Amino acid sequence: MAVNGRMTAWTTMQTEVAPPPVPEPNIEIKLDARKVNFFYGDFQALHDASLSVQARKITALIGPSGCGKTTFLRMFNRMYDLVPGTRATGEVLIDGHNVLSPETDVINLRRQVGMLFQRANPFPKSIFDNVAYGPHMLGWSKQRINEVVEESLKDTGLWNEVKDRLRRSALNLSGGQQQRLCLARALAVKPEVVLMDEPASALDPIATLRIEELMQELKERYTIVIVTHNMQQAARASDFTAFMLMNQKRAGEVIEFGPTDDIFNRPKDSRTEDYITGRFG
Amino acid sequence: MSLPFVRILLDRVVGALVVLCVMVAAIPVLVLFLFVIIKGLPGILTPGFFTQSPHPQGVPGGGVLNAIIGTLEIVGIGSLLAVPVGVLIGIFLSEYGRNQVGDTVRFISDVLTGLPSIAFGIFGYSVVVLTTHHFSALSASIALAVLMLPVILRATETALLLVPNALREAGLALGAPRWRVTLEIVVPAALGGIVTGALLAMARAAGETAPLLFTAFGNDIVQTNPLQPMGALALTVFRNALVPYPNLQDQAWAAALLLVILVAATNILARVYVRRIQR
Repeated sequence: MAVNGRMTAWTTMQTEVAPPPVPEPNIEIKLDARKVNFFYGDFQALHDASLSVQARKITALIGPSGCGKTTFLRMFNRMYDLVPGTRATGEVLIDGHNVLSPETDVINLRRQVGMLFQRANPFPKSIFDNVAYGPHMLGWSKQRINEVVEESLKDTGLWNEVKDRLRRSALNLSGGQQQRLCLARALAVKPEVVLMDEPASALDPIATLRIEELMQELKERYTIVIVTHNMQQAARASDFTAFMLMNQKRAGEVIEFGPTDDIFNRPKDSRTEDYITGRFG
Repeated sequence: MSLPFVRILLDRVVGALVVLCVMVAAIPVLVLFLFVIIKGLPGILTPGFFTQSPHPQGVPGGGVLNAIIGTLEIVGIGSLLAVPVGVLIGIFLSEYGRNQVGDTVRFISDVLTGLPSIAFGIFGYSVVVLTTHHFSALSASIALAVLMLPVILRATETALLLVPNALREAGLALGAPRWRVTLEIVVPAALGGIVTGALLAMARAAGETAPLLFTAFGNDIVQTNPLQPMGALALTVFRNALVPYPNLQDQAWAAALLLVILVAATNILARVYVRRIQR
């Protein structure tokens, strides 16, 4: 489908004069990565990567394995801090503040920027306690925690499935339910941004679709950045797409970034075109 | 035609070998158990075994109440000392110990594990008994605590390392500080392994004799004051096995059987507990 769309777009572009870019007045940039470099010891994993993530939109990072998508994503909430010997240069601005600065309060940052992981990782606690963990940590009142748990579970479409067994272990849920529970857990602390690292890669197609539907519902309130291996998923579910690739030194670079429609139908870079048409990767 | 036959034969032979190996490993243990049970049962069934203190040598009757109370108290106090410290060091090693300090602690702990148990007795003697000028249950508890420490901390570290990193990441990504993630998520997830490790260390300590010889020293009357010399089951076995009185020898066997039962019960308790919380 992507190929057909691209072909038609390509042919129409030949005949029509490209319309002038429509200036969008109210663009709000939530996360702004500027010339970010990242090193694991001596190895450079990212080279001059830049990305402007719009608020309340879904931005997808695509590219072949090892191109630094996940590394890039993990810079936005400083999860790389956990790996010893890592180093970052450049800027990642969130509301004008540089995330990468040593003075950044990482705890606060992570409350602002939530994360969903590749594999569902519920705590070995009850369903309720999983979602309540963040609010409980923030010292919210019992009543408020109850409300937030219900709200978050409703937001992720889990409420009706689990409301009668909130005290049961979260580990008894199915894979898709567990991943939605993890999403509910992330939403419970009211983040502004949700980072998703291949959230559906371990799920079956139905559970995957469910996550994608949720993303569409959630983007009204949250800014979402998603890493995905699945190009159809990026094409279906995202508003903007960044295509990343390793350079000769195996450092990841952002090759092309733009509205998803443009990336998939009118890629400017031949490498993007090769990738999305399945010529490599 | 011949190939399947060879395969089946080989399967049988290897299967028989495995059964043989299991028997070689299991039979000595079973024989030991049976021997202790047969030899110990008469003593345990003697009236007063659980309720009386030992009678003077040559006087029939008497029991090991002093030693039962002593073993429970000495091991109990030892555990109170060793478990919190051991678990904390284990947490440190697993969560914060990927460095020189951690390696040093691990090395010291490994050395402690390999030390003969009488060395812990000498430690208790020279550090506590000599400074207080008094044999005491407390000195034995301290000696046993040092003996238990490496077992507990290594078990704790191992159990914590088995907790998937994804759980730590999940907690940290929610904006939880490291210490909260460790205490509220990682440690509860590893609780089964930690408790098992602690119980096994207690079971081992309960059976130790050498560390008690010149610390708790032994006491033929019921003593609950930890600052006084105290009897213990292991000491009863050690002393009574060497005297020429049959009733005391029976008592030694019975005390040994009681120790075996205590250790086995602790092990079973640990397993049941782990199975319960894993559900």
